[in-house]
Amino acid sequence: MPFIPHTREDIQEMLKTIGIQQIETLFDEIPDSLRHAPLDSIPDGLSEMELTRIARTRASQDSGLLCFLGAGSYEHHIPAAVWDVTARGEFMTAYTPYQAEASQGTLQLIYEFQTMMASLMALEVSNASLYDGATALAEAVLMAVRLGGKKQQKRARILMPASIHPHYRSAVQAIVYQQNIELISVPYLEATGAIDTKALNQLLDDETVAIVIPQPNFFGVLEDVDALTDWAREKEILSIAVVNPVAMSLLKAPGQWGTQGVDIACGEGQPLGIPMSSGGPYYGFLCCKKSHVRQMPGRIVGRTVDLNGKQGFVLTLQAREQHIRRAKATSNICTNQGLMVTASTIYMSLLGPEGLRQVALTCHEHARELKKILTNIQGVTSVFNSPFFHEIVLRVNKPVDVMLAELARRGIQGGYALKDAYPELSDCILVCATETKTIEDMMTYAKHLADVFEGRKQACPT
Amino acid sequence: MSNLIFDISRKGRRAMSQRPGADLKVCDDIPASMLRKDVPQLPEVSELQAVRHYTNLSRKNFSIDTHFYPLGSCTMKYNPRGVHKLAMMDGFLNHHPLSLEENSQGMMACLYELQEMLKSVTGMKGAALSPMAGAQGEFAGVAMIRAYHRARNDLERDEILVPDAAHGTNPASAVQCGFKVREIPTGADGNVDIEALKAAVGPKTAGIMLTNPSTLGVFEEKIQEIAKIIHQAGGLLYYDGANFNAILGKVRPGDMGFDVVHLNLHKTFATPHGGGGPGSGPVVANERLLPYLPIPRVAKEGDKYRWLTEKDCPQTIGRLSAFMGNAGILLRAYFYARLLGKEGLHRASEFATLNANYIMARLEAAGFTLAYPDRRASHEFIITLKKENKELHVSALDFAKRLLDYGFHAPTMYFPLLVPECLLIEPTETESKETLDGFVDAMIKILDEARTDPALVTGAPHTLPVRRLDDVKAARELDLIYNAQN
Repeated sequence: MPFIPHTREDIQEMLKTIGIQQIETLFDEIPDSLRHAPLDSIPDGLSEMELTRIARTRASQDSGLLCFLGAGSYEHHIPAAVWDVTARGEFMTAYTPYQAEASQGTLQLIYEFQTMMASLMALEVSNASLYDGATALAEAVLMAVRLGGKKQQKRARILMPASIHPHYRSAVQAIVYQQNIELISVPYLEATGAIDTKALNQLLDDETVAIVIPQPNFFGVLEDVDALTDWAREKEILSIAVVNPVAMSLLKAPGQWGTQGVDIACGEGQPLGIPMSSGGPYYGFLCCKKSHVRQMPGRIVGRTVDLNGKQGFVLTLQAREQHIRRAKATSNICTNQGLMVTASTIYMSLLGPEGLRQVALTCHEHARELKKILTNIQGVTSVFNSPFFHEIVLRVNKPVDVMLAELARRGIQGGYALKDAYPELSDCILVCATETKTIEDMMTYAKHLADVFEGRKQACPT
Repeated sequence: MSNLIFDISRKGRRAMSQRPGADLKVCDDIPASMLRKDVPQLPEVSELQAVRHYTNLSRKNFSIDTHFYPLGSCTMKYNPRGVHKLAMMDGFLNHHPLSLEENSQGMMACLYELQEMLKSVTGMKGAALSPMAGAQGEFAGVAMIRAYHRARNDLERDEILVPDAAHGTNPASAVQCGFKVREIPTGADGNVDIEALKAAVGPKTAGIMLTNPSTLGVFEEKIQEIAKIIHQAGGLLYYDGANFNAILGKVRPGDMGFDVVHLNLHKTFATPHGGGGPGSGPVVANERLLPYLPIPRVAKEGDKYRWLTEKDCPQTIGRLSAFMGNAGILLRAYFYARLLGKEGLHRASEFATLNANYIMARLEAAGFTLAYPDRRASHEFIITLKKENKELHVSALDFAKRLLDYGFHAPTMYFPLLVPECLLIEPTETESKETLDGFVDAMIKILDEARTDPALVTGAPHTLPVRRLDDVKAARELDLIYNAQN
């Protein structure tokens, strides 16, 4: 029996100890009328070998494309050691470290992760992770509402730029909508793609609790984060940064924005050693000023000592959490994304501060190059006139769906069509280049794009 | 004392093979005021130092691969290596979530078939795979119940009923959905107190959240009556799938009268727990709640798969993740279900239940007190050490810590809250009789130690990397990040 070790003799002895004749008797408290579960749609079991064949076919169906897609999931090189060590059974098959003495590996690793992430964000504390970037932002919004509850207000408003990832906006909406929190959309400027700061004063009202500040924003555009953070402080509302963690090795980190830094920083941890994997599992990170720590959601690890005064690590501040506070918890989160944090911690250790900065710089270098190469093609123009990081919006003056489908047939994932989320950018795509793309890759892209533009047929289909 | 990675870091040391080359002048188009001037505190170590450090850390963990892990309500069964290896194939790992549907058919076929299988095992009409953990599945289910009442303009229903034995995530999720929580007591037999339930339901009842078998390790025998009471009051039933491994292939929540279900794939479908995630908590719903399922979902048209979005599902509660939830975990659950097939899924619940009842019978014979001696164990059961605590001054916590010395991970302790000094024990189907016997023998030895040498038990663990840790100090003197200056 697959994965079940019982021999016939074992079963007989166990039944005898229990004092019954057959296993089925163990289910006799279940009403008879319920005891039928036809598993019609479940096929018969397979051997590992047979299943491998199916998996290989399916995996190969979707592979082999040259990827210039970013938009929240980024193809970075992941050192071989990262997942070799992460996939050790001792990390992969442990659970939440409730028994601290039997979980010092995971707990110390999370403490190291908290240190690295807090430092990358230039803030004082980090939690042990949330599900992904979108839910981290939702939790940050809920946290800000708890922190900003100065008045007994019925409703809370959050200034949410239109230039935040559209999927993040919908996920945050779906999650916070249940609690009378209203997201106020802040427009971006047509010329720069950055937040329209003039609109902010008009959108602000007594019920506004916080502003969300992306860096870079969904378009790859860099925001004037210092001015935005100081504006929030002046208006006595909280500031929430949503950032790309790789970029923070190059760009000013949220704790350094403006005169005093942001209150909360969060984002998607995927770029730090996590494969794209069809969208997950990734992890969300969340850091904040120390004064806000008691409103933080999720697990937090602290360093302490044992009976003999020896250093050790435990889950701490558990009085915030659902298993203690139940209905009054800061969040309902229980399981987070421990294994992804394991991979990220090893990734950051292998890269180090300089290696991570080199990744960011190379991404930027390649994105600049890609922009230059693609805008050389007749009919392709850059949309925003702003500093950017590793992603750009291009106007192609063509029906983008047809163009992207044709590029895909030629083995190239050309970018993300913006038309659904931004009707005003209906003929635009968001393209990305990370450190993994070579000049040759970019030239290949440009050649095919030019061919598609000029209606040239593919000479030799790949 | 174990070094932190920062202790072995030396300025200027590099894992050179891991860095691409680039020059700072490539960012001369970014205003200097936007650039970072300091260096973040990441370790500077060689590749070997990093590999050795984290390999050695891993060895300080108990895990399923290394130890029996009878953690109640967590279903720590074997996570097949083959499943992991298949999900780590390049074509799956390097697949971008926003790829065109034409370039995603392989992955989508797996997800679609998983949806179908989850519908089948639960007896439901539709499945959404995106919730990324049990608690997010709970949130989704309760949000769907809320959306249902709102769509019917039934706006007075602001209460969710939750039994006192429920997981803490249940009330927390209900509150995140904007509901008030009303607790329902448990009767002496471990079933929901029906009279108390009848008194609690009314025009304010939006629904009830139930785990069945409950966290008390027993099947809720009056489930059909409960369903009738709730439905007659206009409420809906939410099934928490934390204990689904107990009835997989035996009984379906849909037949019990539930309207929406979440499943913990990291429990029932053997995906790794990862030291605290990633999990996966898909929701499945009956006809009534079908329109409100979260997006994205996968549809099949002819032999092509396509994503269902807001356009197809205008009443959806929306998107709960940036992309497709924990897709890689979904893939693992799919492969696991294909390996086991129909027969294997039946067998999982049978042997999980056999193992639990076996340990229960042996512990009872050895003199331990069962919380519900007159009931069958589901895939788990509870013992209470109230008597031992009173007579010998040895607590459930002491037993748990001493078990670690014997090489067994401790069962869940002090949960459910209504049973004093309790241990919730769930062996799972993948453990052998010898292992179960070893666990029972250790429990008997600890009981003996509690009588003859209690300090040995109250001072445990003695053989782990650290002795008992000071939680109070950790919470009072917060030390959450390493600071080189300290």
